[in-house]
Amino acid sequence: MILIYLIGSILIGAGVFFNRGKKTNYSLVSLFLVLQVVFAVYACWHYNETASTYFTFDSLGIIMLLTATIISIPAAFHSYVYIEESEEATPESRAIYFGALILLITAVSAAYLANHIAVVWIFAEVTTLSASALIYHHRNKLALEGTWKYVFICAISITFVFIGILFLSLSFANAGSDDLAYKNLLAHSSLLNSSWLQLAFLFIFTGFTVKLGLFPMFTAGVDAKDKAPGPAAALLSSVIMCMGFVGIFRIYVVVANTPLLHWASLVVGIAAFISLFIAAVYMVKVKNIKRMMAYSSVEHMGIVMLGIAAGGIGYYAAILHIVLHAFVKSSLFFQYNQMYKVFKTKNIYQMGNYFKYNTTGSMVVLLAFISVTAMPPSGMFVSEFLVFRSMFEANQLILLIAVLLLLTFIIWAFAKNIFKILFIPVVDFDESKVAKVSPWRSTFQFIMLGGSAYLGLNPPAIFVDLINNSIMLLPH
Amino acid sequence: MLHVVLIIFLISLFYLAIANRMSTYVNMLALQGILLFFVAFLELKHINTINLILILLETIIFKSVAVPVFLNYVLKRNHITREAEPYVPNFVSLIITTIIVVTTIILSNTMEEGKLDKMFFVVALSTLFTGLYFIASRRKIITHVMGYLIIENGVFVLSLAVGNEMPMLVNLGIMLDIFASVLILGVFLNKIGDVFKDIDVNQLTNLKDY
Repeated sequence: MILIYLIGSILIGAGVFFNRGKKTNYSLVSLFLVLQVVFAVYACWHYNETASTYFTFDSLGIIMLLTATIISIPAAFHSYVYIEESEEATPESRAIYFGALILLITAVSAAYLANHIAVVWIFAEVTTLSASALIYHHRNKLALEGTWKYVFICAISITFVFIGILFLSLSFANAGSDDLAYKNLLAHSSLLNSSWLQLAFLFIFTGFTVKLGLFPMFTAGVDAKDKAPGPAAALLSSVIMCMGFVGIFRIYVVVANTPLLHWASLVVGIAAFISLFIAAVYMVKVKNIKRMMAYSSVEHMGIVMLGIAAGGIGYYAAILHIVLHAFVKSSLFFQYNQMYKVFKTKNIYQMGNYFKYNTTGSMVVLLAFISVTAMPPSGMFVSEFLVFRSMFEANQLILLIAVLLLLTFIIWAFAKNIFKILFIPVVDFDESKVAKVSPWRSTFQFIMLGGSAYLGLNPPAIFVDLINNSIMLLPH
Repeated sequence: MLHVVLIIFLISLFYLAIANRMSTYVNMLALQGILLFFVAFLELKHINTINLILILLETIIFKSVAVPVFLNYVLKRNHITREAEPYVPNFVSLIITTIIVVTTIILSNTMEEGKLDKMFFVVALSTLFTGLYFIASRRKIITHVMGYLIIENGVFVLSLAVGNEMPMLVNLGIMLDIFASVLILGVFLNKIGDVFKDIDVNQLTNLKDY
């Protein structure tokens, strides 16, 4: 089935790319969404089975695959709206956009399920290619700059991951086996040579941070989210970040089963804390709303990795948090296009009184703001609280206080900007030209925000089981 | 013999550190491709013939002919000045490259004795870090790309070291090479040349936070 899925979606993507008729394009995209949903259902049905040697439908893979499938539907819808409303869209740019979108979703889905580190690496390369096509959608100087930075830093990171894989194979040399599947690595974890494994982990971690949006390679992602069209930026800050997380998490599980656990959690924890610090510094200064949302993603990934570093309940909280963040942040990015339609600018100082011009949209912004800053009725409050609890239990009080201080800065900066956009009128704003936005366009965002609150506050038993199964191999 | 070739490869890094002209960079990249051809030929004895031919062809055709020819074409077409214009004097670059090489030698001595020939480790890691240093210290986008290609060469050396046991990894390395180079060189260097008349990183600073 996975081969049918891969070949099918590549064929659909190629069909979109070569046949540039409007009707053909949209029907092919709908066909792809059907295929994606069918594949996700199939994966759930064949839970814990291995397909085509290199793919396993395991718990973590299924959680992420379902997340990506759910997000891909509004992403396709909002892309449709975006392309149809944009004045500069040509049949060519539309075909490239949707072709790249299909390729991107396929590649991340395959990367979630891959059980071999080299296969994850290959699909990570494919996401670089498809994401760069999405970022370069506008074909202007700034988009080119963003794309160039993204491609270049991604290429270096991908090379880093490859070096990590080479070191991993060297560390594995004594085990008498040359199969780098995660399962095999785990089975032989006692035979892994620790100094080579340290180097391998450092390189693989650094390489995947470009996709996860963590220090040190986070810059590329921020520029990319700024320049990519709203729906594409939503994918970049949700499903691609999940892919980076899966890449790091799976190798972390291997390292955690060796004596290096403490060292690895230290590395992850330092990177996470620096990310939080950077996010706090930039969020206070930033003027561009899209970049503000991108830095907020950096902050949340920092929290996720702090959970991983702290261990205990933190593992559970980390996976819960990254799933909820994917829903919340993508709905915020979907909403951005409506804001742009009203204000025709990204600059926070030229946006204001949004409640008056688009009431439904501003409700989404307000709810998403409550979710993204993890205020109590939202789902992310639960996961963030659990991360803090795990840090408390790990006796990291000073770190916890520092993190809470940084979060205070972030929430203040976020609130200042969002409330300005929602309530404070801008001087010299010409109200007569404000475009009307249909309230129905916010449907998906409401569903996703509601869903994230539901998942956080009252998680269904099956979801809890899936998360618990995926962290089962980590030492508690 | 293998070690002689690897040491020449290491020396080429020092030469790159003090090179002034863009054409020297291109020539050194071509030379590195030829050196990699010999390394692959001498090292990969237990690999099957077709795979070996593929690897050798990649080094000689792709690394030492196609990429340098394309870089020369880009240099000519965009009228890029012949000077490399580093931010730091060449002497400092030479010192830093030396420090990098010495550090990797010390690092290699702290690593446990494995199946890996230490020479490969030293050459690969110092190439990697020198490439990163070139990216950080040069002004033109095309020199950044060359720095990336140097990193790729270092990774290729490392993948050859494990090539006898795991030929799959060498093939993956080749895939990375071709994929990333085509993506970076083919699509974007061309595009950037069209959009920005003088290719200088200082033009790529418009994405700001405030």
